[in-house]
Amino acid sequence: MVRIYPDGDAAVADIQDNATIMSGGFGLCGIPENSIKALVKRNIKNLTIISNNAGVNGHGVGLLLEQKMIKKIIGSYVGENTLFEQQLLAGLIDVELIPQGTLATRIQMAAMGIPAFFCLAGYGTEIAIGKEVRTFNGKSYLMEHALHADFSLVKAWRGDTAGNLVFKKTTRNFSVAMAKAAQVTIAEVEELVEAGAIDPDTVDVPGIYVSRIYQGKDYEKKIENLKIRQQNQVV
Amino acid sequence: MALDKYGIAKRIAQEFKSDLYVNLGIGIPTLVPNFIKPGLRLFVQSENGLLGMGPYPTEDEVDPDLINAGKETVTILPGGSFFDSVESFGMIRSGRIDVTVLGAMEVSETGDLANWKIPNKMVKGMGGAMDLVAGAKFIIVAMQHTDPQGRSKLKSRCSLPLTGLHCVNKIVSDLACIEITDQGFLLLERAPGVSVEEIKQKTEGKLIVPDFVPEMKL
Repeated sequence: MVRIYPDGDAAVADIQDNATIMSGGFGLCGIPENSIKALVKRNIKNLTIISNNAGVNGHGVGLLLEQKMIKKIIGSYVGENTLFEQQLLAGLIDVELIPQGTLATRIQMAAMGIPAFFCLAGYGTEIAIGKEVRTFNGKSYLMEHALHADFSLVKAWRGDTAGNLVFKKTTRNFSVAMAKAAQVTIAEVEELVEAGAIDPDTVDVPGIYVSRIYQGKDYEKKIENLKIRQQNQVV
Repeated sequence: MALDKYGIAKRIAQEFKSDLYVNLGIGIPTLVPNFIKPGLRLFVQSENGLLGMGPYPTEDEVDPDLINAGKETVTILPGGSFFDSVESFGMIRSGRIDVTVLGAMEVSETGDLANWKIPNKMVKGMGGAMDLVAGAKFIIVAMQHTDPQGRSKLKSRCSLPLTGLHCVNKIVSDLACIEITDQGFLLLERAPGVSVEEIKQKTEGKLIVPDFVPEMKL
């Protein structure tokens, strides 16, 4: 059952070398800023990070790359991080690239207790190599396995003392599934409220999935590609 | 004259009828909404978890919690919705997306697409492209006909790692609009001022040329 923690440092204090960690967010949108910064301070090694992206230099998962804490990244698009590319070409780090929808659904299958599923994406490409192929209604599908983790770091907009989480706009992305897929889910929220203060109709992640919750602070919410239209401009 | 990226986007916009759910890739596809006929009922899906994507925000509207798959700040239109990545790719996988537009490094005459990897050179990842080409109902590729060295990107077979097999339906390049058929690349239209001869010369794969090939009307 969920426990309330004072801050990120306390919440990640028991994560050790070689852990497999899911990190929520899409690009830098909705990333667990406090938990990542706390993890950087722990300076542990050989982590496997499951994250759609590798952050950018100086932000998100990029901070873990700077400290050379990562052994392997499992994601779908890592193109924004030049440091990652350097470490990859230097052989310091391993990467497993997975089609984005397959990645999301592999995480979701772990969340739902389903060991594997069949998926069309990637059939006939190099990511199909070594995978079992099954035919349903005349179409060929790849067998994909559930993706589990020791810890999951997610950030929600609001959370309550029962562990319920509510997300805003496009910050749901990978975080909703990741919050349910790991053995220990560490949720940071912009606002932590008493149980009962969140309308049960609006809960995105029920508290049963959340192990630790704390109120984060100093959110940067860095924007990767700021685009602005002029007032009255027709698009 | 060959089309610039805006010309390619403009021609692609002509493919859009009313009542469509569309997903637009990064680059030229992002420009397409600028040229869509006003009044069409169209919902743009962004695979990071948004249906009913609107234009870029004004300075006051900027919200770091609201981005598109290109990590750009965007807005949401009336009737839009937010959801997580699982839901988003459920929509894509189950065939709810009518049209997707994406870029390409190579397309083969059988409709194979390569757009995610150059071995030993570029390792960025496929993002949602493999899911989109496997799930969307109609796939339009926006691309340059040749690479910077002048080599054809419309091949008999792709030389780069594939994104999807037999998936591309239509290509709009700087030179031509082409349909992928069981017999190969079918030349539908030429860019204004571009000759059939030039398109033939710059297409490595099998090109089917009808007796009359009209110019695009842009």
